Amino acid sequence: MAETALDGVKVLEYCQMISGPYCGKLLADLGAEVIKVEEPQLGDGARRRGPFLDDVPHPEKSGLFLYLNTNKLGITLNLRTTSGRHIFQRLAEQADILIEDRPPGEMAKLGLDYDSLSAVNPGLIFTSITPYGQTGPYRDYKSYHLNLYHATGLSSFVYVPRQAEPDSPPVVAGGQVGDYDGGLTAAVAALAALWVRLTTGEGQYIDISKFEALLAMERVEICRFANQPDAPPWKGMVGGLVPCQDGHVVVTPAQNHQWQALMKLMGNPAWAQEEDCRDEFARAQHRDEIQQRLEEWMAQHPKEEIYSEGQRVGLPVGPVRTVAEIANWQQARQRGFFAPLDHPQAGRLEYPSAAYKMSETPWRGERAAPLLGEHNEQVYCCRLGYSREELARMAAAGII
Amino acid sequence: MTKGPLDGVRILDFTWAWAGPYGTLLLAMLGAEVIKVESRRRLDHTRLRSLMAGPTLTSPDHAVVFNDLNIGKLGLALNLSQPKAVEIAKRVARISDVVTQNMRPGVMDRLGLGYDDFKAVKPDIIMLSSSAVGATGPERTYSGYAPTFAALGGHSYISGNPEGHPLPISGAVDLRVGTTSAFAILAALYYRARTGKGQHIDLSSTEAVSALIGHVFMDYSMNSRVQARAGNRDQIMAPHSCYRCLGKYKWVAIAVASEEEWDALRNVVGDSRLADERFADAHSRWQNQEDLDQIIGEWTSSRSQEEVAQALQKVGVAATPVLDGPALSRDAQIHARGILKRVQHPAIGERLTLGPPWSFSRTPARADRPAPLLGQHNQYVLGELLGMSNEEIEKLIAEEVVY
Repeated sequence: MAETALDGVKVLEYCQMISGPYCGKLLADLGAEVIKVEEPQLGDGARRRGPFLDDVPHPEKSGLFLYLNTNKLGITLNLRTTSGRHIFQRLAEQADILIEDRPPGEMAKLGLDYDSLSAVNPGLIFTSITPYGQTGPYRDYKSYHLNLYHATGLSSFVYVPRQAEPDSPPVVAGGQVGDYDGGLTAAVAALAALWVRLTTGEGQYIDISKFEALLAMERVEICRFANQPDAPPWKGMVGGLVPCQDGHVVVTPAQNHQWQALMKLMGNPAWAQEEDCRDEFARAQHRDEIQQRLEEWMAQHPKEEIYSEGQRVGLPVGPVRTVAEIANWQQARQRGFFAPLDHPQAGRLEYPSAAYKMSETPWRGERAAPLLGEHNEQVYCCRLGYSREELARMAAAGII
Repeated sequence: MTKGPLDGVRILDFTWAWAGPYGTLLLAMLGAEVIKVESRRRLDHTRLRSLMAGPTLTSPDHAVVFNDLNIGKLGLALNLSQPKAVEIAKRVARISDVVTQNMRPGVMDRLGLGYDDFKAVKPDIIMLSSSAVGATGPERTYSGYAPTFAALGGHSYISGNPEGHPLPISGAVDLRVGTTSAFAILAALYYRARTGKGQHIDLSSTEAVSALIGHVFMDYSMNSRVQARAGNRDQIMAPHSCYRCLGKYKWVAIAVASEEEWDALRNVVGDSRLADERFADAHSRWQNQEDLDQIIGEWTSSRSQEEVAQALQKVGVAATPVLDGPALSRDAQIHARGILKRVQHPAIGERLTLGPPWSFSRTPARADRPAPLLGQHNQYVLGELLGMSNEEIEKLIAEEVVY
């Protein structure tokens, strides 16, 4: 069996829904031992949100939970009990990285904040993920994905012109991508802190604001407006999202040779020889007319043909694909992007794996997400030394 | 000065455009020494143009998009079409930890700068190659930019209004790819520290998009369902939308997830119609959300964004102004957290730039140096790091190897 990149790294995750669990998943999928702490009975809120297998709500059959919790160990623990908090502290003593997503101040109320835990484990990397971070006027604001996506301006930054919808509100991107962004950003920080710790042995506190993680993803626009609040809109290059015969394609002839490739694809039409198309400045000036000609041509061709023929002549172009088309795409299949995992209740399903193929340390397709409390015995008995009788007593007392 | 987490790590960076440079920008903010290789013959094209800001009309050293994506890196000008430049690049690799590149798969190999070439001079080198759809598979030579990755990766299709077009998601896609790259590189660095082994990382930008909407694929995997565009709506929550406020193009985003939040919202809005049976429970609210949105919209439309957001946040309801670039530049949280930094650039002058997206208590990340001018650090890299004499460097410049 191949080695994993993060073999031996111990992570304690006390998070729900998307951001924190995605951070934990990224680490678990590369070999870290991630212990996920969930509320007894209820578990992670993602277990109660779909999509569900066969559309039947069931805490072990949520696609959201299953995707975000691969390769983790799952335990239940009630931090509202004194014993629960004591056990959590013992787990944190053994951890390299703690990821938590409680509102600012809540871990302190539990006596489980960075100051308390670093006193017993100075090497601990304590990663907090919250909507706005631990400081600032919005620190206690409640924000879901819809809020954060719109509050960071992300819905206003449309680079490639599309049909104007002047009086309708901006639209959030699909798939709660901004919540994933928060987890990805946190995972980068956690690994950077782990790197320092290799030489210094010291842990530290990391404050992740999802708001800032989203802002970072539109860094170029944020910088542009920070320096020039009244920056004029750029009319844009020819191309972008264009309807075609059976859907949409995105065409990006950003450089001159790519424009030439587009003309070649379209059979070198006579109008392309005119002054209006001379260079990108001229084309930008006459964008509307050129765009119309482009759309007329695209309307007569199917998206997969535009994709393969366009790429053949050197045009950066992509069809707007559905998940079904992607799941059956030869390129993705040959690269093994979709990995089958077996789960005792959800069965065998294909999961997206990771975008990086690491030559020495492959993505770990070992274990599907844990059942609620599945690893209580393994963690509490083998790791912390509780007997099975004690375990039964703690379960009866609502601690685990 | 406090050291960044990656102090002492050196990265030889052949990336250009957005996604590649953003990955190494994150590592530079974390304290790595990033040596960016370019040449007059093949400038990073963000020095010349961008989809968003159009062509740069002054000199390549004045390009602000280039600056914003290359803060804190060092600039080495090498004309890689010359064999001598390739040899110099390998000498730098020998004293580096990581090499990054995002040319079309195969191009670096043809230049003599493939993973095997670097591995021969530095056995534990970590190399990241980022491409449109990956370095293997039938379509490996295909090219693309952020909006084509979003289209191919499935994100465009699920974004937008149900009755409208898919959204051509752009800039953020590249930066997500860059962040994914930084994560993979850090994992490889950790592995190398433990085992002494380097490796090659083959990153597909399109797969990076798909991984960030993974649960949408699970719905297909489980139920053969292709999720459709839903605008601002949620599958469960209602209200969950943008509501018109006072002023031109002013909106507030409101999302309600629990009965507690619903009751709080209802009390603040104070419209008796909200007590209707139509809105009695979460399911009814979702079913009747058009009516619901109408009523809430009536209330918000005579109030400012800030007034609505503050009144609702006070009672624990998630409400936030919908902001755009100009409004963000005045945002109170951004100012209080000090995340915009001032950087002095020799050609551009003073410029505000966005700081790192993480706060570390012990080893702060930083964004306090500008992007390099073309070849600004030739002397440092060739002279100090490689030990070349001034005559040697002059000769390389005359031969357009250093160019």
